Amino acid sequence: MNAIVLDKVNKWFGTLHVLRDITMTVATGEKVVVCGPSGSGKSTMIRCINRLESHQEGHIFVDGTELTDDLRALDTIRREVGMVFQSFNLFPHLTILENCTLAPIWVRKMPKAEAEELAMSYLERVKIPEQALKYPGQLSGGQQQRVAIARALCMRPKIMLFDEPTSALDPEMIKEVLDTMIALAESGMTMVVVTHEMGFARQVADRVVFMDMGEIVESGPPKRMFEAPETDRLKLFLSQILRGD
Amino acid sequence: MSASTINESAINQSTGSREQPPPGLVGPLAWLRTNLFGSWVSTAVTLALLYIIVRVLFSFVEWAFVNAIWHVPYSATGIAQTAVCQDAKGTGACWAVIADKYRLILFGRFPYDEQWRPAIVVVLFVALFALSTIKAVWRKGIDSPIVRYIAMSGAGLILLDNAAGLLDTIAEVGFGVHLPLPFGLLLLLNTIGKCALVFGLLLLWPAIGVWIGTLAVIGILMFGGILGLTAVPVDYWGGLPITLILATFGLAFAFPLAVLVALGRRSTQLPAVKMLCVVYVELIRGVPLISVLFMASVMFPLFMPPGINVDKLLRAQIAVILFAAAYLAEVVRGGLQALPKGQSEAADAMGLSYWQKTGFIILPQALRLVIPPLVNTFIGFFKDTSLVLIIGLFDLLTMGKVALSDPPWQSFSTEVYIALAVIYIVFCYGMSRYSRGLERELNSARGR
Repeated sequence: MNAIVLDKVNKWFGTLHVLRDITMTVATGEKVVVCGPSGSGKSTMIRCINRLESHQEGHIFVDGTELTDDLRALDTIRREVGMVFQSFNLFPHLTILENCTLAPIWVRKMPKAEAEELAMSYLERVKIPEQALKYPGQLSGGQQQRVAIARALCMRPKIMLFDEPTSALDPEMIKEVLDTMIALAESGMTMVVVTHEMGFARQVADRVVFMDMGEIVESGPPKRMFEAPETDRLKLFLSQILRGD
Repeated sequence: MSASTINESAINQSTGSREQPPPGLVGPLAWLRTNLFGSWVSTAVTLALLYIIVRVLFSFVEWAFVNAIWHVPYSATGIAQTAVCQDAKGTGACWAVIADKYRLILFGRFPYDEQWRPAIVVVLFVALFALSTIKAVWRKGIDSPIVRYIAMSGAGLILLDNAAGLLDTIAEVGFGVHLPLPFGLLLLLNTIGKCALVFGLLLLWPAIGVWIGTLAVIGILMFGGILGLTAVPVDYWGGLPITLILATFGLAFAFPLAVLVALGRRSTQLPAVKMLCVVYVELIRGVPLISVLFMASVMFPLFMPPGINVDKLLRAQIAVILFAAAYLAEVVRGGLQALPKGQSEAADAMGLSYWQKTGFIILPQALRLVIPPLVNTFIGFFKDTSLVLIIGLFDLLTMGKVALSDPPWQSFSTEVYIALAVIYIVFCYGMSRYSRGLERELNSARGR
């Protein structure tokens, strides 16, 4: 069973062709890491999967449902797909607990007490239950991003999308977020992760997809991709990104 | 090596004892020194301004209190003898004009013996505002199916009577016949319905119940005609109640309308709605309030079918609402614009519907951001209601002018306008203080 299918997806921003014939499938339980230089379309691609951006050509199926202008289908899909953003996007006027219970209560129609219990269990999983009654502004970046992961998990999604989850973090906080994501991966979640963390890709990914100029240039298991890149573009990218390591 | 050790110990010593800033850097004396007597120039400016302020203050106190005249004798026919005041002109205020005219200024041409009614109305308005500033009042009340049922059936009964009335009006205007409906019974049901609705809302959401209940009492007191109160037509209303009615209803209805218009103007899914909102805002903003009031009072009746007469106050009220809403809509839109796009995207990604997203995520944050300009607009409109004088409504300011048209008092406009200014300041400063408190509270709740 495929969790996500992209079939010849094309997208333009005005006249700029940002996605070119993207074809990719993600199996249930698979972890896919998407990497590539900035402006390569990787964020746009992942944002198309829950239709924060709409594609103009081709087909996208999520959990067997096609993404179209049909709002009902979109609602069903968004319930099943959780997303974590680069800039956390926690709601600053709500407490951590309220951030986590809002969608379960209003979208899943869960009773409040049950939603709070669920939220606390996920906050424990990301190791910050003691912050539940604080506001996002009182937490560090790493803690905020872990809350964002817990918030997405509270909807009990089948698929989790991560859009550069560690890019806005100070270096000493990256590890705590990656550890949370590794633990999540080990629990069998289907994950699509846009990231530059090659260590994470090596440890967790079943497959690495390399994008450049709006198209998928190369994909394969992380070991093969990093040790024996086939295309010059990937070789160049790896040489640039690994130079610091 | 030894030098650095000595330095370190010196630093440790000084930082160890420095729990507090050195004396002379904090406290009122330090504040005075840095802000008022920082250099010889600022010392000179401070002293010069101090001299001017003291002089002005002294002569004002002398004029307003020491030399002021509080009462004047009256002739046998009841005409005020203002000769004393005329003599004191320029040296002392003549507050006797206020003592003589305050009821006319505050309550207009409302029948003299019935003026306790608008007096209570003013007190009710102030009490309503004061009560609304208490946060606990806005909490949710008892939310049970029975309470909901009471409120809903109350609303149903009111609608039933109104629908019957509307049908009858249509039948009368269109066909010249009266419908054989039991209007007495319907009116009774309507009254019961109103009580049930207010009672239900009071339990369900106390603040809304209090508002509707208070406004209903205010309506009864002003209109009269029931419960043994003499009926007083709108033409006789005037003074402070008119100002408070126009401002309160105006802003209470304009604000929700403004939020809808602001949301509509930002809509990407509904281009027609967006267009409509843009046209509305630009059209209303493009004309002066005076011309909107004129249109409401002169042109609007021409478009209505004969026999249907919307009264002048209501027309002015609608004009104020439409005008205020256009301005408030732009303020609200400013708040919507200022929110990072990520907030909306996060809500979308969680599967919240448009109204859930707007109600829980977007508006609470956007409105918080625009409290200062919102209150600015509120205060502006409270004062702008005085423009209704041009369509023949007698608000507070207009009544001041009317009072001054009495021959004996004609030359004492300063005193009257100072008294009016004090009333306006009390209300406007009240709004301003409340908004500051609200901002502080909302910000401290977020730990910022």
